[in-house]
Amino acid sequence: MVRPTKAYIAGVYEHPTRKAIDKTIPQLHAELAAGALADAGLTKDDVDGFFCDGTGPGLGGISMAEYIGLDLKYTDCTETGGSSYIVHVGHAAQAIADGKCSVALISLAGRPRAEGLKTLGARTYGGPPEAGFEMPYGPAVVNTYAMAAMRHMHEFGTTSEQLAWIKVAASHHAQHNEHAVLRAVVTVEDVVNSPMIADPLHRLDCCVISDGGGALVMVSPEIAKSLGNRSVKVLGQGEAIKHLNAGQVDLTYTAGVTSGRIAFEEANLTPADMDYASIYDSFTITVLITLEDLGFCARGEGGKFVSDGNLISGIGKLPFNTDGGGLCNNHPSNRGSMTKVIEAVRQLRGEAHPAVQVPDCTLALAHGTGGQIGTRSGSATVILGRNDA
Amino acid sequence: MSQMERTYLDPDINMETTVYWESAKNGKLLVKTCKACGKLHYYPRTICPHCLSSDTDWVEASGKGTIYTYSVMRRTETPYVIAYVTLEEGVTMLSNIVECDVDDVAVGQTVEVVFRDTEGGHSLPVFRPA
Ligand SMILES: [Zn+2]
Repeated sequence: MVRPTKAYIAGVYEHPTRKAIDKTIPQLHAELAAGALADAGLTKDDVDGFFCDGTGPGLGGISMAEYIGLDLKYTDCTETGGSSYIVHVGHAAQAIADGKCSVALISLAGRPRAEGLKTLGARTYGGPPEAGFEMPYGPAVVNTYAMAAMRHMHEFGTTSEQLAWIKVAASHHAQHNEHAVLRAVVTVEDVVNSPMIADPLHRLDCCVISDGGGALVMVSPEIAKSLGNRSVKVLGQGEAIKHLNAGQVDLTYTAGVTSGRIAFEEANLTPADMDYASIYDSFTITVLITLEDLGFCARGEGGKFVSDGNLISGIGKLPFNTDGGGLCNNHPSNRGSMTKVIEAVRQLRGEAHPAVQVPDCTLALAHGTGGQIGTRSGSATVILGRNDA
Repeated sequence: MSQMERTYLDPDINMETTVYWESAKNGKLLVKTCKACGKLHYYPRTICPHCLSSDTDWVEASGKGTIYTYSVMRRTETPYVIAYVTLEEGVTMLSNIVECDVDDVAVGQTVEVVFRDTEGGHSLPVFRPA
């Protein structure tokens, strides 16, 4: 069948750097723009919409647009942490459908590694109202995700070995990616024997820290038609947030429950229809809970679902993160959903590494999580289809 | 082995939360209740997040609760236990677990509030095994 779509992803580009000592953030954005536009077969002057997160230097997207030299009709700088770029995909699709713009550039760039930023320590967000009741207790990215993992283990009997399978699968894929930060194939034993960082998460349950970024070019159906058949359809998108709910805390799920339902409903598809999934993998537990949230398995069954190589391309039922994901390949600017979309597009174009390419990949999902699932976070899901889907 | 304790950072305090932190100095853990809808909430706000009423009031919690979940931060100078504690009153708060062997903490464990001085002389509610 030929499914209707509001917009296409026509160009993608993942910056090859993983440590950008010699590049500024604006420079990275401009290099990304050039890369994604070249991939689409478009030029800078075709761009009339620009989307970035809240971390770009300057005022929203305006300073970055000025640096890149964009003449725009439309900008959107919605900030939901690492899920921002899948939020942007949905907003760009709607803006294109509404005629507000016809060629949208979505960009993410950062250099936490070059700047020596740790993610271990407490982060401040400029005095949000909850800060006084959290910061003195030493919350960090890793220990708040760890608390979600600990609760999942308590309620459902999930084990460290099951979580480790997620890293094992990512490493099997990363061995084929020449740009990946970690290319060594690891075993379940390697993961559970790596140093404990924040119980129950070990070092190898964590993603890499890397610089660089990625960009997407989205276009109207008319422009996509003029660009040949490499464009990928945006079939459905959903986004939602979750927080601590006035003290009624449940860390066993994320807003992916909502974003996934909305995206699947819009696409009129189900998890069983997906040939491939890019799942945000800041930590192994992020993947496990997200798979449950999106309905790939029942609540509490994530541990069984990810075990025994079920996420490994060519072996398991649900090939995931075939670039090696954030766990092994790249997690630019500590934000993961951009690279999730890029690898899903590669799969749908048949341009993933041959060793991990899913045969006849027609329908794919990309999911992002932003913030911390142990406190407050944003989730965004996009369902993508091959040009002829 | 009982844990060494970190130096506790000062809380951000604003006009909505002064009473909470002043009471902590007197050994009292407060939560907010709403006279309009009758529900408790945490962290405390002037406006009830359940119904948006401004008719909220402070109530003293018993200080007893159970550990909803926790993690031990290992790769720091002084390892520490971060946890969500569900108070008897029904709201869950982020805190630390102290006066314990970090390897003996468990989900479901009963705990009670104690207070620690922060670096700037404020008083911070934390919990120890009850
Ligand atoms: Zn109320």
